[in-house]
Amino acid sequence: MDFQVVVLAGGTSKNLLPLVSKEVPKALLPVANRPVLSYVLEQLELSNLKDLIVVVEGEDAAIHVGGWISNAYVDRLHVEVATVHEEVGTAGALRAIAHHLTANDILVVSGDLVFDVPPGALAAAHRKHNAVVTTMLCPAPISGPTESGSSGGKDKIKKPRRYNIIGLDPSKQFLLHIATGAEVEKDIRIQKSILRAVGQMEIRADLMDAHMYAFKRSVLQEVLDEKDEFQSLKDDVLPYLVRSQLKSEVLFNGVPQTEENGNEKVSSQNNQAVVSRIMANASTPSFHELSSGYNGSTHVRRIHKCCAYIASESRYCQRLNSIQAFSDINRDVIGDASHLSGYSFSAHNNIIHPSAQLGTRTTVGPHCMLWEGSQMGDKCSVKRSVIGRHCRIGSNVKVVNSVVMNHVTIGDGCSIHGSVICSNAQLQERAVLKDCQVGAGFVVTAGSEHKGESLARK
Amino acid sequence: MPPQRKGAAARVSEDTEDLTRHPLQAILLADSFATKFRPITLERPKVLLPLVNVPMIDYTLAWLESAGVEEVFVFCCAHSKQVIEYLEKSEWFSQPNFSVVTIESHNSVSAGDALRLIYERNVINGDFVLISGDTVSNMSLTQVIQEHKERRKKDSNAVMTMVIKQSKPSPITHQSRLGTDELFLAIDPQTKQLLFYEEKTDSYRGIIPLDNALLGDNPSICLHNDKQDCYIDICSQEVLSLFTDNFDYQHLRRHFVKGLLVDDIMGYKIFTHEIHSSYAARIDNYRSYDTISKDIIQRWTYPFVPDVMFSGNSATHLEREGMYRASEIEQSRSAHIGPFTVIGKGTKIGNNSNISNSVIGKGCSIGSNVSITGSYIWDSVTIEDGCDIRHAIICDGVVIKSGAVLEPGVVLSFKVVIGQQCIVPSYSKVSLYQQPTVEDSDEELEYADNSSGTVDSSITCTVDTLNREMMSETPASQLGPGGVGHVWSICEGAHEEEWRHSVAPIPADKLAEVIQSLEDDLELLNLDGNAHSVSGELKSGRNGTDSEDDDVEDSRDDSIIYEKEVEATFLRAVNENIKVPDVILEMNSLRLSYNMTSADCAGAIFYAMMKQALEIPHATAGELRKSAASIIDAWNKLLKFYSKEIDDQIEVIMKFEEMCLESVKGVLTTFFPDFASFI
Repeated sequence: MDFQVVVLAGGTSKNLLPLVSKEVPKALLPVANRPVLSYVLEQLELSNLKDLIVVVEGEDAAIHVGGWISNAYVDRLHVEVATVHEEVGTAGALRAIAHHLTANDILVVSGDLVFDVPPGALAAAHRKHNAVVTTMLCPAPISGPTESGSSGGKDKIKKPRRYNIIGLDPSKQFLLHIATGAEVEKDIRIQKSILRAVGQMEIRADLMDAHMYAFKRSVLQEVLDEKDEFQSLKDDVLPYLVRSQLKSEVLFNGVPQTEENGNEKVSSQNNQAVVSRIMANASTPSFHELSSGYNGSTHVRRIHKCCAYIASESRYCQRLNSIQAFSDINRDVIGDASHLSGYSFSAHNNIIHPSAQLGTRTTVGPHCMLWEGSQMGDKCSVKRSVIGRHCRIGSNVKVVNSVVMNHVTIGDGCSIHGSVICSNAQLQERAVLKDCQVGAGFVVTAGSEHKGESLARK
Repeated sequence: MPPQRKGAAARVSEDTEDLTRHPLQAILLADSFATKFRPITLERPKVLLPLVNVPMIDYTLAWLESAGVEEVFVFCCAHSKQVIEYLEKSEWFSQPNFSVVTIESHNSVSAGDALRLIYERNVINGDFVLISGDTVSNMSLTQVIQEHKERRKKDSNAVMTMVIKQSKPSPITHQSRLGTDELFLAIDPQTKQLLFYEEKTDSYRGIIPLDNALLGDNPSICLHNDKQDCYIDICSQEVLSLFTDNFDYQHLRRHFVKGLLVDDIMGYKIFTHEIHSSYAARIDNYRSYDTISKDIIQRWTYPFVPDVMFSGNSATHLEREGMYRASEIEQSRSAHIGPFTVIGKGTKIGNNSNISNSVIGKGCSIGSNVSITGSYIWDSVTIEDGCDIRHAIICDGVVIKSGAVLEPGVVLSFKVVIGQQCIVPSYSKVSLYQQPTVEDSDEELEYADNSSGTVDSSITCTVDTLNREMMSETPASQLGPGGVGHVWSICEGAHEEEWRHSVAPIPADKLAEVIQSLEDDLELLNLDGNAHSVSGELKSGRNGTDSEDDDVEDSRDDSIIYEKEVEATFLRAVNENIKVPDVILEMNSLRLSYNMTSADCAGAIFYAMMKQALEIPHATAGELRKSAASIIDAWNKLLKFYSKEIDDQIEVIMKFEEMCLESVKGVLTTFFPDFASFI
């Protein structure tokens, strides 16, 4: 398959402080004890997309990510790690690596995506319609987790947050309108010309742009070159392409659009019906003839197609772009979406590494993960939590709805609810944490109580 | 069976009984409250105009009867006497199980008034069908009424169900095949609730604004551009009282439907029902008259077709190629009658005449060598030899003398006479009545423009008096020798639209024109789109302006206004000898209020100065130069204040260049050296 994949792995996102650091960039944050990037790479591998460029923001982060990839995927994937400056935005990142892009079509995936939608399906949809851009849409998460009583209590009462407003044609294959970012909260402004061309448009607020796009390379590069103010794929490039689809300004490297139409006619029968309808609607052949006949010039209206691939509701698709999302995804991967983790769960729906040691009367509930070399004292209780490698946990410790990374020391009688404890942190005796984040190497003093705080070394 | 279950069952049956007890009622508005069919409607109400030789109202009544409506209230306003007389003569008053009651009004100016009057009469006691008397349909009402009633049971706010039909407007002219404007609807795909309705779409060029809140309640909504409003509404009683409560509701769609959709306090809802296989359309203008006539001839409206007897149309036989012929036709052997033509009873057709795609009424006499295409000729029309008629509507009693030519789109009202060899230009409307003068109808037409509610009735009162004087004079020089009638002048704005609504097909050059403007539009739109995207969020930070669609235009307007303001301020400063710092203060406030840069400001001030210099009377270039130099000297500080930066100075030079270009004379160039020295 002539597809080049660009994985935008980001750097050290501010949203995720204090979880991320120079040593642990966003891409390497553990989700069920595996870096989040591994979920993307695995899905790509499953779809036989093995030619990858991983773009990392910042030198240090790139070294760490590159080191990890070369260890884990050395003979499985052909990966190139590219470094870009921080804060260049997604479009800027692509601009910076433009000279690496050679294939006809480019698949751009956000590196923080945890999903099980086959990227190959998106690529196929893109090819099928010979689209300029195809974006993956997934059902927007309805609300916060239903059972995590402790985390983010108020958010759940609010009605679902709106991510995108998306206009689709009746066959749900073409993307006709997209509102992103701040536009989502404003009134919806639909272009009449596009609506006229299709006749009917469905507007949905329950879909989310999943940050996985297939672009035609020539078009992508042209847009990036010409619109140097574009910073984000999601907020600038995609809406621009969608908006101008009936009056295309992208040149397709001089390939006339009519030729492209000709190619389409040989595509599959079923598809052709749809395409020809769209083509007929979007720019009637007679329309062209009439207008060119009148002007005397061979002016052909250029159009391009923007497609959408809608992931089915049963698929899992989440972005790890906030602390809340980090906790949710960790819980989902060891819970409802456990097939993603790639581990086989025990009869109790949990995973306890053989080398882990448990004290007497210590219980590890379902949807838990206790990784190698970790030790727990007596009378502990772990529910719906992930505990990493080589942690030392004293007695009478409660861990609920939390993520404990590697080499964490937890003293006796601690209670941890809905929190994230980063590697090498230390919790002294009887510390009580609720909805907190503890940065790497931080020491929580004995007997202290924290609620909803972010604790990190200054 | 437990007792309470029985009770519930009994209640249900009572319920249904309750619903069936009322006979199904309908309100038929026998007045369109519009002027689209003038001049014909000056003399005859629209509902009595023949559509394929049968008055329109008969189609509507016949359909209502067949659809199971038991009681129809015919609301007559314009020419009410004629409507009532017609109904009395017809058999509609003597049908079993179908009662027709007329309600007469003389002072209603809109559908809203009509419904308010009906509400006062207190005759409607349940759900009713609201239609106008120019509707042709063969749809079954059972399903839509059933749906409506079920919805009502669940939600008493569901007051209306609107019938819609698939119909894609032309991508070029943006009007449906019925000649109506394109319609934008937003419908909830699950419940079929109507969320948005817009037919006149000039206000937001290129963009449909949807309220964000619409999506709050519905996860998805469907936007349609491919539907047509059939103007058949199933209404609950509340609709009438709503019209009474909101005494400013005039137009059914523009006021009532929009009013309900916008108002979320009362929470009234409108639903839609889409019909697929049956026919429903309303005659709104000449083009829809043409389209619907063709649909009838091509039998889309079965059983309401010429050869099926309904309500007193005469016996007609369908022959091959969609040709309908009534009895007693005298047709010359050499005459040729083409496909999709209807010929009425007792019509004579002479030698070598050629008729195609036309409808010809009763008792017409058509001479020899006449060619008729795509035209509608009503009863008792005389067409003499050698006439050429294309795409025209010719009313009763018209005489067209030999050799006359009617170009496409002509409408000849009752009893007009067209003289020999006369060529009537395209889209002419000829009537025995003079066109209502501007003073006469100003108010009404204005009203018609924004609510299309003008009545013909108010005209009719005066018509009789006008009648005599107007009939007496025969100014008909435009209509050839012996012609009788007034050619209505087409007012400025209407002319543009004339081709859209005419019976004649749209000429190719018009189409090309529209395509051209469409392209331009799209280009513009994209331009805006670019501006929009370039800015996106970036721009709002830079300029502080909201990156609206019409931004570009706005700022252009702004800068013009701004320049004027600056000029006025400067002039005042010169005349009243205001000190420089004060002027600067004033300029600054202007600059801020128009959101301009200091470069703009410098440019504008310089422009004002030069203008001032030009206005001082001067004989030679040298004098002009001197005066300009003196002004610049005098206001040097002011200009300097704004042209500190290189950019500002460049702006000044550009402005200078611009002025040289526009004020020509070249004189200005003479003081270029001065200028250079100043910089």
